[in-house]
Amino acid sequence: MINKQSNVYTIVYITVMVIVVGALLAVTAMSLKDRQAENVQADKKSQILQAVHIATSRSTVIADFDKYITRQIVVNAAGEEVEGNAFDIDVAAEAKKPADQRLLPVYVCQLPEIGTKYILPLAGMGLWGPIWGYVAFDADGSTIYGAFFDHQGETPGLGAEITKPAFTDQFDGKHVFKGAEFLPIEVVKAGVKPSNPNADYVDGISGGTITSKGVSAMFDNCLSPYRAWLEKTAAAAPAAEAAAPEAAPAAEANTAK
Amino acid sequence: MADKITNKQIFFNPFSKDNPVIVQVLGICSCLAVTAKLEPAIVMGLSVIAVLAFANVIISLIRNTIPTNIRIIVQLVVVAGLVIVVNQLLLAYAYDVSKQLSVFIGLIITNCILMGRLEAFAMGNKPWPAFLDGIGNGIGYTIILIIVAFFRELLGSGTLLGFQVIPPSFYEAGYANNGLMILPPMALIVVACVIWVHRSINKDLQEK
Repeated sequence: MINKQSNVYTIVYITVMVIVVGALLAVTAMSLKDRQAENVQADKKSQILQAVHIATSRSTVIADFDKYITRQIVVNAAGEEVEGNAFDIDVAAEAKKPADQRLLPVYVCQLPEIGTKYILPLAGMGLWGPIWGYVAFDADGSTIYGAFFDHQGETPGLGAEITKPAFTDQFDGKHVFKGAEFLPIEVVKAGVKPSNPNADYVDGISGGTITSKGVSAMFDNCLSPYRAWLEKTAAAAPAAEAAAPEAAPAAEANTAK
Repeated sequence: MADKITNKQIFFNPFSKDNPVIVQVLGICSCLAVTAKLEPAIVMGLSVIAVLAFANVIISLIRNTIPTNIRIIVQLVVVAGLVIVVNQLLLAYAYDVSKQLSVFIGLIITNCILMGRLEAFAMGNKPWPAFLDGIGNGIGYTIILIIVAFFRELLGSGTLLGFQVIPPSFYEAGYANNGLMILPPMALIVVACVIWVHRSINKDLQEK
């Protein structure tokens, strides 16, 4: 009879158990990995589409994404197009780098009868954890067409309200360029004026002040590096709009040079 | 065991008389966290039922081989392993819900109900009663979660399972959702109300 209280038995027991459990978990993780990665990608695609007010379901999101998002490009802070796969860029990691070293993804979206939209990703910090979002610009590179935000663990009913249309719809039609000035949207407490009187602003969420400030900081931090690219796009836009209903080729020619 | 209890009692007692949440007051933390909406509460409940039942069976099967001095560690490893499997399955097959529940699935590991049942029941009983005990306690936990989530979602958001149930005419007449219901403290108060009602019905549970 084995002595179950002996140290040898205990050590052997725990070793065997750890190996068995470890193997089991490895098998589970491996076999479900593809499906999980698919879900993560589909979720990201659905978030990007929500920035241009397209609601999709899990079954249609991939087809919709391929239909509306016609090009994905990567630009740098100088506004030049660079090599890279826009979809795979970790925006949260890029947002921590100095502006001139970042890789900046742009999703070019063609909406039937509405025209070209540029969707730019955002990433920042809320109160409890990361927040992120996508903001869609008109072809003029200044007017916001739509915005989408999500968060990891903001308080439901308070900070988590940033995901609601009541908050995101405020961004529609706001401008980031005021003449020559580049002023990313500020989020301020209701009734308070923004720090720069020229800047367009939206009302923050009562009880979600830190998350609201996080959204404001995220706009400032993540949009500023796009300034050069947005200016170039804006310069090309009127010609493109006039020349053809499709604005993409002109914008493409502009960013590629 | 001194007083022999039947399998039926093992299964049904945790629903009311021996409910893990409102009588033993275990697993309160997750009860506060996931009950703002009905859907995550149901998924959380199902996850706990699954983990608890399997953990109980596994521990019961190996109970005679576990060295006493590391039994808590063994229980934890079994629970943690199962929780990770559940989490992986949710990520693969119910991604949206998994996003909503985020860390709370992982926190099933620290749910006191699990450790309580493993230590108190599975370590000393055969697999079949242990399985029933796990399912029973899981359901007992889920019932409370659903009751609490029902009131919190109805009064806090005016919806049930995401569907609007409070008619728009109410809002026009000046009705407003109670934002306080969404915050964790109200979960505690709702749980307290459930305990109050439960003890008023079951007089034998009242402390002297």
